[in-house]
Amino acid sequence: MSTVDLGLPGGLPSGLQGVPAADAPQNRKEYVSDQEVRWCPGCGDYAVLAAFQGFLPELGIKRENIAMVSGIGCSSRFPYYLSTYGMHSIHGRAPAIATGLATARPDLSVWVVTGDGDALSIGGNHLIHTLRRNVNLKILLFNNRIYGLTKGQYSPTSEPGKVTKSTPMGSVDTPFNPVSLALGAEATFVARTIDSDRKHLTSVLKAAAEHRGTSFVEIYQNCPIFNDNAFDAIKDPETRDDAIIPLVHGAPIRFGTDGHLGVVRDGFASLAVREIADLPGGEADLVIHDAHTPDPAYAFALSRLTDSGILHQAPIGIFRSVDRPAYDDLVRQQITTATESQGAGDLQSLITGADTWTVA
Amino acid sequence: MIRTVTIEVKQLDRVVIRFAGDSGDGMQLTGDRFTAETASFGNDLSTLPNFPAEIRAPAGTLPGVSSFQLHFADHDILTPGDAPDVLIAMNPAALKANLEDVPRGATVIVDTSDFTPRNLKRIGYDENPLENGELEAYHVVALNLTGMTVESVKEFGLSRKDASRAKNMYALGLVSWLFQRPVDSTITFLQTKFAGKPDIRDANIAAFRAGYNFGETAEEFSVRYEVKPAVMPTGTYRNISGNLALAYGLVAGAQRAGLAMVLGAYPITPASDVLHELSKLKRFNVTTIQAEDEIAGVGAALGASFGGALGVTTSSGPGISLKSETIGLGVMLELPLIVCDIQRAGPSTGMPTKTEQADLLQVMFGRNGEAPLPVLAAQSPADCFAIAVEATRIAVTYRTPVIVLSDGYLANGSEPWQIPSVDSLPTIDPNFTVEPNATDAQGKATYLPYLRDPETLARAWAIPGTAGLDHRIGGLEKEDKTGNISYDPANHDLMIRTRQAKIDGIARTIEPLHVDDPDGTAKVLVLGWGSTYGPIGAGVRRVRAVGGKIAQAHLRHLNPFPANLGDVLRSYDKVLVPEMNLGQLAMLLRAKYLIDVVSYAQVRGMPLGAAELAEVIGNLVEETAGIDDDARQLGTAAANLTHWDHLEGAR
Ligand SMILES: Cc1ncc(C[n+]2csc(CCOP(=O)(O)OP(=O)(O)O)c2C)c(N)n1
Ligand code: SF4
Ligand SMILES: [Mg+2]
Repeated sequence: MSTVDLGLPGGLPSGLQGVPAADAPQNRKEYVSDQEVRWCPGCGDYAVLAAFQGFLPELGIKRENIAMVSGIGCSSRFPYYLSTYGMHSIHGRAPAIATGLATARPDLSVWVVTGDGDALSIGGNHLIHTLRRNVNLKILLFNNRIYGLTKGQYSPTSEPGKVTKSTPMGSVDTPFNPVSLALGAEATFVARTIDSDRKHLTSVLKAAAEHRGTSFVEIYQNCPIFNDNAFDAIKDPETRDDAIIPLVHGAPIRFGTDGHLGVVRDGFASLAVREIADLPGGEADLVIHDAHTPDPAYAFALSRLTDSGILHQAPIGIFRSVDRPAYDDLVRQQITTATESQGAGDLQSLITGADTWTVA
Repeated sequence: MIRTVTIEVKQLDRVVIRFAGDSGDGMQLTGDRFTAETASFGNDLSTLPNFPAEIRAPAGTLPGVSSFQLHFADHDILTPGDAPDVLIAMNPAALKANLEDVPRGATVIVDTSDFTPRNLKRIGYDENPLENGELEAYHVVALNLTGMTVESVKEFGLSRKDASRAKNMYALGLVSWLFQRPVDSTITFLQTKFAGKPDIRDANIAAFRAGYNFGETAEEFSVRYEVKPAVMPTGTYRNISGNLALAYGLVAGAQRAGLAMVLGAYPITPASDVLHELSKLKRFNVTTIQAEDEIAGVGAALGASFGGALGVTTSSGPGISLKSETIGLGVMLELPLIVCDIQRAGPSTGMPTKTEQADLLQVMFGRNGEAPLPVLAAQSPADCFAIAVEATRIAVTYRTPVIVLSDGYLANGSEPWQIPSVDSLPTIDPNFTVEPNATDAQGKATYLPYLRDPETLARAWAIPGTAGLDHRIGGLEKEDKTGNISYDPANHDLMIRTRQAKIDGIARTIEPLHVDDPDGTAKVLVLGWGSTYGPIGAGVRRVRAVGGKIAQAHLRHLNPFPANLGDVLRSYDKVLVPEMNLGQLAMLLRAKYLIDVVSYAQVRGMPLGAAELAEVIGNLVEETAGIDDDARQLGTAAANLTHWDHLEGAR
């Protein structure tokens, strides 16, 4: 599988450190389970599944050391279709469950599969706390901007005014921007990709897998049944060049047909899209994307270039990738330290304690 | 000062003492120290801390009063005692809040320093009760404890405020003298606790010694008391609280199963101490995750269990409500999970620091669908240890969530515990599946995650990392054996019944219910569960002491019930079920056995009293014997047995 260059150097401690390597090269078929896939025809989830099945062999780790944990929603059926260990849990709780699993098992590559309702509505609390702790697990948020499984109610990412079964006069909610939310929660790896762009998707997945800590990947996913065409602007060959703001670490953020658009600094801590022709310094005025910027404000400003209403423009790529110790590594380190300094626990002396008396 | 009056030493078989003061006065610490001294002396004992939910209610007010009651004896006892023989009141509010529990003739030691007109007014005393004769029926020892404390520590140059904070140690010194307690452990304790603050350390030790010496030299006291060590089975003992015993039991269970333990918990009274204790035990391969909420706590525990660890979560009623959905997932996944509910008074936030046992039906049935799981309940503080080990055995052997019920009374109360030898604890075999357990239609070796052990009905359990056994599980109904998603009507019915049968079958591995019926002639059985064990036992002893015939049994397994329970219930004319709820066990017994048990329900946030139970039991014994209402006297006699009647010793 070929990948696109996201411009990220290696050198970070690998998210796969501690996971045993595969004995032999693997292929995509090994990762296809015997269960019949049951999404609606044309659902974006198919493309992501195919890409994921194709990508896993590239990791070169033992198949049995991969664990998928999902919540509830169409996308959360994902684990059933992969021949790895998997748990299809309950609505919104996958990050919490995966936190326990990843903490107990440093030898596993743990993935969370979730939807916009699952992760941002019922499970919002677990999501932000997992991100702030930086547990070594990878979160794939399938954002179709709708509740698919429950047949089409608006979700926390639906555009204002959206008419659905539960909002006949249009939704009055202000939506979440998942990338902004993740950054606000101090996530160390935040990316966005698109179901239909297999190359980009695969590159982002790979970078996510290699990041140590929580990797948060928002995947724009089309739901042809309840929210078709939500991402047309960034998919349609006619419009996509002007709609996708590509993020490549170390490169100026330039896009549009013939590269006529670019991202520049604009006032206090914000960024804006401008015609390059209108810039006094031309291309030299553009922001050079630095995903390693320690201050999340930069990545946050980038995330604000996403439309909150109907989507016409959005940055795609890795917004942020910084180093911070992973929660589970620190937890295990404390166990090691305690064991080394106090010796492995002796149960008899623990329960006996210091204050005893004897009845003869 | 030289004494002119000689001190008489009076022998007592048991004493109930209560320390009461402002929340900021250190009464819990004082009680703990007196308990430790008493334990090391070898008395049997039982404690009841009682404190407000507010960390610091306004000083000197009634809501701010905190107390610690200790019952100690030269024989085995069952409760912290209904009524104190000695009350130590550190301020007017402590006197007012506790006096109604103190029987006439009891000793009341009062610190007079706060008895100013303003303080008295504030809590509704128009006159000084120490002066207006209101306390005539008591043996009042009014002393300016604060003043004497300040005096005794003046060489350390502390501010008056800091100096007076040692008054609890002064009071402790005084009662330690009065009851001839060994004092070395308290001095060592103070040395360690205040090691970093030498002047505070020295002041506390000086105040403690001064209090002790005051008893010795002043002529306030003409008697000292002696309570001989109790005769207990030979062995090594320690004092232990319910929460500590629970924490140790969980570690013991995990160790006996050879599993790492992962606790996911969110702080809540009165369960937090289990989290605190376990967080200190990292060297036992114990991971504690303070989660963002109770849902995440149980989620992390279940995730860890999926990974082959022992997942544990600890909480109280409100948190258990939040965990319900995940516990249901655990029932479906059939993974080990231990859920400890340290019950407190509800509903809703209720009375966080008060005890209750009203979560029984919640943990039995508080999940959607048919979601049976085992429910265990500890009967005394030390029993929390054994219950936790038993919970681990069941959870791991049967691959199921298990509920452990404790409550605020057990959690904070303490008693001597004969320390078991670790080797005597059961070994628990997780019996992980590491190889294919079936062959498919093509004759290929395969793994069926829901293939069951024919004896226990426990499913096969292969953990991630096991080559060739990868599989997917989830909350959707599963096909028998394969675990694949299934909406087949007959399969659903089968799985529902199988999960139920698995839990029911646990009864085959639990001890039959033991009935204490000394000569086998009782017509009435009193049956309890959980922390009412002590009070019921004490009530039963009272009734027997006045000649009543009564049988007693106590349930530690509430689901499934011991296999012989139905037979036991049917062999008595009447079954009395005292509970700190509105009759939840009674409802289960009636539903399951069609026996109209007599429910005795009190929900005051306090343990049931031995005397009140004695009265209820006595009355029911006579009613069952056909004695008319107005001719009954057994209950009253049992309830009115006075303090010195060796009641709790009668067996
Ligand atoms: C506790 C609980 N509440 C509600 C539901 C119903 N429910 C299932 S999926 C879902 C929304 C799913 O939306 P999303 O996460 O966006 O996933 P999608 O189906 O769009 O992939 C809801 C409300 C549930 N299963 N559990
Ligand atoms: S409802 Fe939408 S998201 Fe769900 S499977 Fe169908 S197309 Fe996919
Ligand atoms: Mg959705």
